[in-house]
Amino acid sequence: MIKTSGLSKTFDGGVEAVRDVGISVEPGEIVGFLGPNGAGKTTTMRMLTTLLRPTSGTATVAGHDLRADAKEVRRNIGYVAQGGGILPTAPLKGELELQGMLYGLSRQESAAKTREVLAGLDLAGLETRLGGALSGGQSRRFDIAFALLHDPALLFLDEPTTGLDPQSRANLWGHIRALREEKGMTVFLTTHYLDEADALCDRLLIIDHGRIVAEGAPAELKTGGRTLDDVFLDITGRSLREESALSGKGA
Amino acid sequence: MLRDTWVLFRHGVGVTLRQKVGVVFGAVQPLLFLVLFGPIFTTFGTWETLVPGLIIQLGLMSMGLAGFGIVFEKRSGVLERMRVTPASRLALLLGRVLTNAVTLILQTLLLLAVAFALGLRAPALGLVAGFVLVVVLGLSLAALSYAVALTMNEQLFAPAMSTAVIPLVLLSGSFLPMSMAPGWLDALSHVSPFRYVLEALRDLFHGHYLTGTVAAGVAVTAVFAVVSLTIGTRVFNRENA
Ligand SMILES: Nc1ncnc2c1ncn2[C@@H]1O[C@H](COP(=O)(O)OP(=O)(O)O)[C@@H](O)[C@H]1O
Ligand SMILES: [Mg+2]
Repeated sequence: MIKTSGLSKTFDGGVEAVRDVGISVEPGEIVGFLGPNGAGKTTTMRMLTTLLRPTSGTATVAGHDLRADAKEVRRNIGYVAQGGGILPTAPLKGELELQGMLYGLSRQESAAKTREVLAGLDLAGLETRLGGALSGGQSRRFDIAFALLHDPALLFLDEPTTGLDPQSRANLWGHIRALREEKGMTVFLTTHYLDEADALCDRLLIIDHGRIVAEGAPAELKTGGRTLDDVFLDITGRSLREESALSGKGA
Repeated sequence: MLRDTWVLFRHGVGVTLRQKVGVVFGAVQPLLFLVLFGPIFTTFGTWETLVPGLIIQLGLMSMGLAGFGIVFEKRSGVLERMRVTPASRLALLLGRVLTNAVTLILQTLLLLAVAFALGLRAPALGLVAGFVLVVVLGLSLAALSYAVALTMNEQLFAPAMSTAVIPLVLLSGSFLPMSMAPGWLDALSHVSPFRYVLEALRDLFHGHYLTGTVAAGVAVTAVFAVVSLTIGTRVFNRENA
């Protein structure tokens, strides 16, 4: 579903955010993309979702070449950015239907799909509200709703549960699992919660300083009786990341 | 591309029409000039000279600040959310710009209606031709405004643009014709494309259609439209915009 080779991004200022990343994700997998702040997670996702042009490397996403066929890639993926994409001043229903139409649905199809997606995410009835009038968990589920209107085969979620209470997080996991069970969707998500990675993901990729430094199923990574937190800290070190102040720039 | 433009346009117009107050509010300044300055101006000048100036003022203020909306959409992530759909980036720009044009049309109609009540008597052909010129100028300006808003520091955009609009309005000769200005100011005002459009509007409102001034206004508007829409498209196509 995702296959990259030598994917790299150097920003104009000279920051090498992503270096020589090779990723392979199979259809139907839920893959967790872990790494400290500033490691390059968002930058990688923005390349895979056609928002950033890679400096070098190749990638096939949802069956289409990222560079040659960006439009086809967009047609087949959903993306929820780290900061979401909700206009606080607009009623959600109209915004959702517009988004569906930008994905090529007719007005009627988009309205029907909006109802279906909202019901699936337990959001029915909230769509008459303004975007600014939602709780954190509702807001995040609406962000996901925007990305599901065209039945994508592959869903990218950038820190979908950051800042949510435990109830909302568990609720969101349920919804993400349901997308895979019911639609066979492939999910590629980033998170800082290692319990979440452990519970939700089939496989994990750990990135640090722009490079993939470890990869495997949670059970495979937890060698020697360590918790996933221990593994993560052993791999990426314990020093605080100065980049944290700058992270979220790509959101 | 056309379909996506239409989809965004229809959505944008729906939103605009629901915010009637916003549309009227954007026209308040030129309306105040019309009502509180017009009666003085017309003791020595004509409504047909003043009203084109106020229309240009309206266009500059209303469309020049159009980029403010895109700053908001960018900050809230809405623009990026639309950029991951297959919709063309040009449609994302045109849908917005055409929506702005509807706002400008409504505001101009409001201004003209009040002006008529006060005594403006321009010929229908001149009004229609002037209208077309103003709408093309206005939507080009909106495209340019988006490009500037997406390029420059977000915090600076609103203060910078609202400040830039004032000299442009004054230099176009909105309130008093530039023929009354001292030589240096008259010369300086020729750098503003809006001066040419304004003078063309004045000719049109006086029923003089086939003049060099009208031709210059049309030419300047056309060039301005091509340049602005090209810049707008480039910025919208750029990554990270
Ligand atoms: N638009 C940008 N311009 C320059 N540097 C950037 C930009 N976006 C991100 N970076 C830098 O790239 C690195 C990786 O950032 P990011 O991918 O956002 O990390 P993560 O999502 O893992 O926290 C950081 O050092 C960040 O400061
Ligand atoms: Mg990030």
